[in-house]
Formats: sequence, structure tokens, C-alpha cells
Amino acid sequence: MLEALFMYLKVILVGGTICMIAELIVIKTKITPARILVIFLMVGAILGGFGLYNYVVDFAGAGATLPIIGFGNALANGAIAAARVDGFFGALSGGLIATSAGIAVSIGLSYLVSFFVSSKTKND
Amino acid sequence: MKKIGLQTYEIEKNISVIATTSLVGNKEGQGPLADYFDFIEKDDKMGEKTFEKAERTMFLKALSDVIKKAGLKKEQVDLYVGGDLMNQLVSSNYVASELQIPFLGLYNACATMTESLIVGASMLEAGGAKNVMCATGSHFSTAERQYRYPLEFGNQRQSYAQWTVTGVGATMLSSTHSSNVKIKKVTIGKVTDFGITDIANMGAAMAPAAMETLSTFFEETKTNQKDYDLIATGDLGKLGSDIFKDLMKQKGYDIETNYIDCGHMIYTIDQDTLQGGSGAGCSASVFNSYIIKKLSSGEFKKVLLISTGALMSTTTNQQGDSIPGIAHLVMLEGK
Amino acid sequence: MDKQTRNEKYIEYVEAKTPKAGWFTSLFHAFVMGATICCLGQMFSDIIRSFYPMMDLLTLGSWINIIIITLTILLTAFGCFDRLAKYGGAGTFIPISGFANSIASCAIEFKKEGLVFGIGAKMFYVAGPVLVNGVAYSLVVGIVYFIISLF
Repeated sequence: MLEALFMYLKVILVGGTICMIAELIVIKTKITPARILVIFLMVGAILGGFGLYNYVVDFAGAGATLPIIGFGNALANGAIAAARVDGFFGALSGGLIATSAGIAVSIGLSYLVSFFVSSKTKND
Repeated sequence: MKKIGLQTYEIEKNISVIATTSLVGNKEGQGPLADYFDFIEKDDKMGEKTFEKAERTMFLKALSDVIKKAGLKKEQVDLYVGGDLMNQLVSSNYVASELQIPFLGLYNACATMTESLIVGASMLEAGGAKNVMCATGSHFSTAERQYRYPLEFGNQRQSYAQWTVTGVGATMLSSTHSSNVKIKKVTIGKVTDFGITDIANMGAAMAPAAMETLSTFFEETKTNQKDYDLIATGDLGKLGSDIFKDLMKQKGYDIETNYIDCGHMIYTIDQDTLQGGSGAGCSASVFNSYIIKKLSSGEFKKVLLISTGALMSTTTNQQGDSIPGIAHLVMLEGK
Repeated sequence: MDKQTRNEKYIEYVEAKTPKAGWFTSLFHAFVMGATICCLGQMFSDIIRSFYPMMDLLTLGSWINIIIITLTILLTAFGCFDRLAKYGGAGTFIPISGFANSIASCAIEFKKEGLVFGIGAKMFYVAGPVLVNGVAYSLVVGIVYFIISLF
């Protein structure tokens, strides 16, 4: 029980801090959110490429996989794991295979909801 | 018309504002100027399928109303001048096609209202045309998707951003019919670029243009802020108008007392529009409601309207270019 | 005064004049929102693991992503996600929810332009950079790893 509680504390700490760093960059440098996403993704891919981010994932679970750094890490890890098995072909296909479920659900579900919903005016 | 100085013209004929209509969306209708607007649309989709169609319907409603108010038939309106923020001025084009009135489409971003008044007044001054209709407008939801992000996209606005006004303003100018409010002088502004590149900080991009135009007008007419009851800028917003006041002070004009900004006054602080309103519909709807009503009631005698426009394009902005601004001035006189 | 120094002076003045958002509150909001989303993910991960203890970590991670993506798209469809994002800032766009929201919002917004040039072409109008760069990085990492593994 205590162990589970401790895990959530780590999730909060890591997940919250990553988001807070991004917010700090938004406020201090005026870099647009889209650019920050790309920068964080790159950080994730680099850390993943060197196999460093997996330590963070082991430490904080969803607190490390859900932020976009985790997405970059998954892409890099996928490419490496597939390259190990399938050689060059794996290096080409591995990244997308590892993240394909999330991307496919995003596209499919967005497609679906767009049939039922129209954009609404904002009031605030 | 007579040219005074390099940019200012004096209108010599009797050109009156014979009718005005302002139409705004729900949010603007909850603001402090609600009592002045002619129409407040609760549904800013106007029952249409798309926001683009809604913008058109708004234009059509406002224009039909201003023709009716002026007591004219459609055939008696010689010319319709105006524009909007959409690419290719689609809203104005479709309305012009619906109305079948000869049409000159104008684009100076949010400064289009005074631009159309200047072109309209010049056409009347040149003779031939007797009644000219000037109209501009904008719609929050169409502008948002063209210039920024989808409506449901979750992003935080910068603390210095502004909110595009949903609204249309239409003015009927006439050289044959008469009214209390007349256009006396106009100043055509120069495009002014002080190097601002931040697309959210439009107030800062437009303030120098407003300053150039207003100080030029003061110099060329040899008047100063004390000669006017009201000086109104278009959509500088809170931050932009503070910058504008500072810039005017540097030029030696202290405009603190009789100055308003349409964008700043159209919303209250708790409406969460940050620095205030922007868009072509901003100065159009405030001018055709609040300012004109105060002019014709005699509360104001001499008014300067300086609509300001940020002439940005998302393409050039992404290529790193700065945002040029423009401001045109119209001087109106009541009885 | 030439144009460039005038512009530099003016930009400096505007910087000083522009109100700064209360950055402490923004940071706090981002932290809270980010932590909440990640906790939600961890919770689903624990639930899934209690049913399938043998599931490997990669698949589990994918399932959490899928759940958060689904929730985000539903919230976007109901029109509440932009409120959350207004509060959370980076706390909502840095987790996978931001990616899902940008795709769903584009699909909803541009459906009026039709299936092909609306939804089809513009669905990745905002999320495109993430996907394009992500795939490019994974290719680089994969190929570099492959080349190294040859020796």
C-alpha cells in the first residue's frame, strides 16, 4: 500500500515537473507550444537513443511515458528494438510500429467524432 | 476636396452620415456598450451551417437595415465600399452579389472602416455618386480558424493577446440627404513598421501607425488634442492604447483625458478578453453605435476616429517578417 | 535616428511595457494539470496490470496512451477540453492529450471543407510537426543504431 502511494508521488513529481519546465519555457522565451512539443520530442528521442530515458520510465511509470518526451522515447526505443531483430528494415519500421496504436486511435476516433460534432463558438 | 499638407484632405461638400447600423455577437452584447448596438445576435452562427456563412448573413442583415434606415431603395445606393478579414474578402463579395449594388472591396485589416469612409467620402466629393454605403465586419470564429487555431484546440492565450470582435458596422454616407453628423477631414495613413514580429501583440504593432497618423493630422491641421471632444482609436486594446498614449506624449500631445479605444471599451475585464477587442468589426461596430449616437445627440461635437490595422499574413509571419501597421483618420463633426 | 535603432528601441520598450502573466500561478497550474493526467494514466496502468499481470511494459504504455487519447478526444468533442487547456497550459499539451486534442480539434474544425481537403488534409495541421519530426528522429536513431551494430 505504502509502495503504491510512493509510486503515485513519483508520477506526480516527474509528470508535473516536465510540464512545469515546458510552461516555464513558454513564459520566458515566447517559443510557441508547437515548437516546444518538437523540442521535447527531440529530447525524448535523444535520451531514448542512448537508452537513458528508460530509467526515468522505470522510476515514474506513467509520469514519464505520458508526456511527449515519452513519445519520443517510444519512437527511438521501437526503432532500436526492431533494428536489433530485423536489421535495416527494422530501423525503418520500428519507430512507427511502437507508436502506431496511439496514432491510429487518434486518427480513427477524431475522424469518427468529426461526423457528429461541429466546432462551437468560444465565449472565454 | 482640398489637400492640406501631405496626407490630410478637407472635404468641401456637405457629406452627412445619414444612417448607421451596428450588429454584434452575443459576447459583445454582454459588454458595456450593449445599449448602443442595434442588433445583438444571441446565436453567432445565425442559424447557418458554417461560421463563414454566418458572417455573410450578419453583413446582409446589417446592410439591409442601414438601407432601410436611410429611407432609400436599393437602387438609390450608388456604391458599396468595404471589406472584412477573410481571404479574398469573401463575406463582402457574397453580400455584394446578393445586394447587386456596385461594389469596391477594400482591405486594410482592422483599419478598413475608416478606409471605406475615406473612399466613400471621396466618391461623393467627386460628384456623380449620391449615396455610398460603407461597411466592414469580422467574426471571431472565422478569423480564429484563418489566422490562429481551430476553435476546440486547447491553447493558452498570451496575456497581451486580443479577442476578435464578432460584429458588423454599416454607415450610409450621402451628399444629397442631410443629417447632424458630417465628415469634415480625412488623413490617409502610411504603412508603419516598427519591427514587431509577435503575432499576438497586435496593439504594439499598430500603435506606431496610429501615432504617425494622428500627429500628422495635428501638424497639418495646426490643431491639437484640446480641439476635439473625443479621440477614438480602432482596436489597439489596453496595452496598445497605453503604448499609443506614451508615443503621443513623446510627440508632445497629452491625450489622456478625451481618448478612448474601441477595442478596450467593447468588453469588460471579467469577459476574459485580455487586452480587449480587435478585428475589422471592432471599430466598425463601436463607431456605428456609440460614437455616432453621441455625435448626433450633440454630446460630442468634434470626433477623430482612427481605425488601426495590423497588416499581417500568417505566411509572412511564419517566414519571420515583421507586422506592418496602418491607421487612417476621419474627422467627424456633429451639430 | 535610423530605422533599425528606432525599431530596436521600440521593441525593447514594448517588452518592458507588456504585462507578464503571473508566472508562478501558470507554473503551478501546469504542474497540477500535468500531474493529474499522469496520475490518471498510472491509475489505468495499475487497473490493467491487476487484470493482466503478464502484459509487457511497451504494450501497457500503449494502452495508457490509448485511454488518455480517447478521453481527450471525447472531451474535445464535448467542447470542454479547451477550458482544461486554458487552465493547464503546458500541463495539457505536453502529455499525449495535447497531441490527441490537436488532431481532434482540426478534424472537427475543418470537416466543413469536406472529407478529402478538410478532414483528410488538415487533420495534422497542428499535430503534423510532432509526427513528422518524431518519425524522422526514430529513423535517425534506428539507422544510426543499425550502422553501429554492424561493427
